[in-house]
Amino acid sequence: MMGGYGDVQLLNDDGSRLDGRKVDEMRPVSIEAGVLPAADGSAMVTHGLNVAVAAVYGPMEAHPRKIQRQDRAVIDVRYNMAPFSTSDRIRPGFNRRSREISKVTAEALESVVLVELYPRSKIRVEIEILAAEAGTRCAGITAAAVALADAGIPMRDMIVGVASGKIEDTVVLDLDKAEDNYGQADLPVGILPNTGEIAFLQMDGDLSPAEYELAMEYNFKAAREIHDIMVDALQRRYEGGEA
Amino acid sequence: MSQGQVGAEQRLVTPGMAVGPSAGKRAGSGIIAAEDSFVATQLGWLRERNNTVSVDPINAAYMPRSGDLVVGIVAEVRNNLWFMNINGSFQGLLPMSLAPWKVEFGAARQHMDVGDVVLARVQEVDECHNVVLTMKGVGLRRLNQGAVESIPVQHIDRVRGENNSLLQRMRDACDCRMMVGENGRVWIDGSPEGISWARSALQRLVSEGHTKAFETILSEMEEKSKGDA
Repeated sequence: MMGGYGDVQLLNDDGSRLDGRKVDEMRPVSIEAGVLPAADGSAMVTHGLNVAVAAVYGPMEAHPRKIQRQDRAVIDVRYNMAPFSTSDRIRPGFNRRSREISKVTAEALESVVLVELYPRSKIRVEIEILAAEAGTRCAGITAAAVALADAGIPMRDMIVGVASGKIEDTVVLDLDKAEDNYGQADLPVGILPNTGEIAFLQMDGDLSPAEYELAMEYNFKAAREIHDIMVDALQRRYEGGEA
Repeated sequence: MSQGQVGAEQRLVTPGMAVGPSAGKRAGSGIIAAEDSFVATQLGWLRERNNTVSVDPINAAYMPRSGDLVVGIVAEVRNNLWFMNINGSFQGLLPMSLAPWKVEFGAARQHMDVGDVVLARVQEVDECHNVVLTMKGVGLRRLNQGAVESIPVQHIDRVRGENNSLLQRMRDACDCRMMVGENGRVWIDGSPEGISWARSALQRLVSEGHTKAFETILSEMEEKSKGDA
């Protein structure tokens, strides 16, 4: 159990969720590329009430030198939640959670970026969560992927962050805050929609093999939808005549 | 890179997008072969030339290559060498033996100090991205006057045009001396009005270049200049 509050009702009598979504329905997603002029590449993702901004700088010489790799670039990710992103003020600066998310995001991105093209270099990815409502690591990964593409960094595919979970013994796509807090399981994944590969996967709570299969089916379906929105954001930026 | 490309006529590809079968074709820059099809790895315009499929990136970092003419800015001075910011991932190194002057050990700063701008050539790049520059060669020198404007490296070929035709047209229009470095820096020297005109043309290229040919931008600016006169 995640939250452990089993008496909280998360599904309506007609099977719909508290916000009216169906079990396999995603929150609305919108993406804008190139939002920060000072960065080499940037993107803003609005996923439900989550707002994530990602900025990419580099490739640049990796400093300090001890982090340099002679045969590839390193990806330095800094995930941070703004103090005003939740209803309770978050103490500014790194904490255990942001370190963990930065690490898993960096590892996920390293598996898709062609790091071997830039030996001894560093690609800096800054992810700032301006508003949080469950699923910020997924919104952050999606924003980072669009920002990397916008910066012209070569990648095998654009990684999409998406999550499913379980509430009241029902597998649902894209948990909102109440479902994340009081649900039974959460399964965020990073998916490469074109190749069908999984670049990162975490699981909180318990899922049976059948529930896991269903959750992954929902995740792949959502990843393809979000990927279309990502491509559209990049096309709007460059084909729409906007600078 | 293609000359005077117009966005509406080109296909924009994103990383991971399948761009067609690989049979009988070669993969160029920004393309990898996956099974029997080509996949784009960069955001840019798809190009097929001489049986090679490649991507003209919309944004790209400058990757120095041996022989490149670059406009560098001195970033650091040591006793016997200078480190140059060449707009790339790594600084370029100019040893005193490759400077155009006879430099005594410890006197490097007397010839060039931090912030000075030079025209140099890339002598050597190794597999670890160490860049060695030279200032021994015709025309390579310290740039004591004029202005430096930065443009994205992927627009350099478009500024030059076929056989430098567009660059020459710009030089004639603004009556300025201009040198285009492969690292995306353009040195402009002439009257303040001329420099201002050239800067405006280059800035328009940066903001409108992905949807409009540079030739069109130049024609519009020339028309405007005539109208103002």
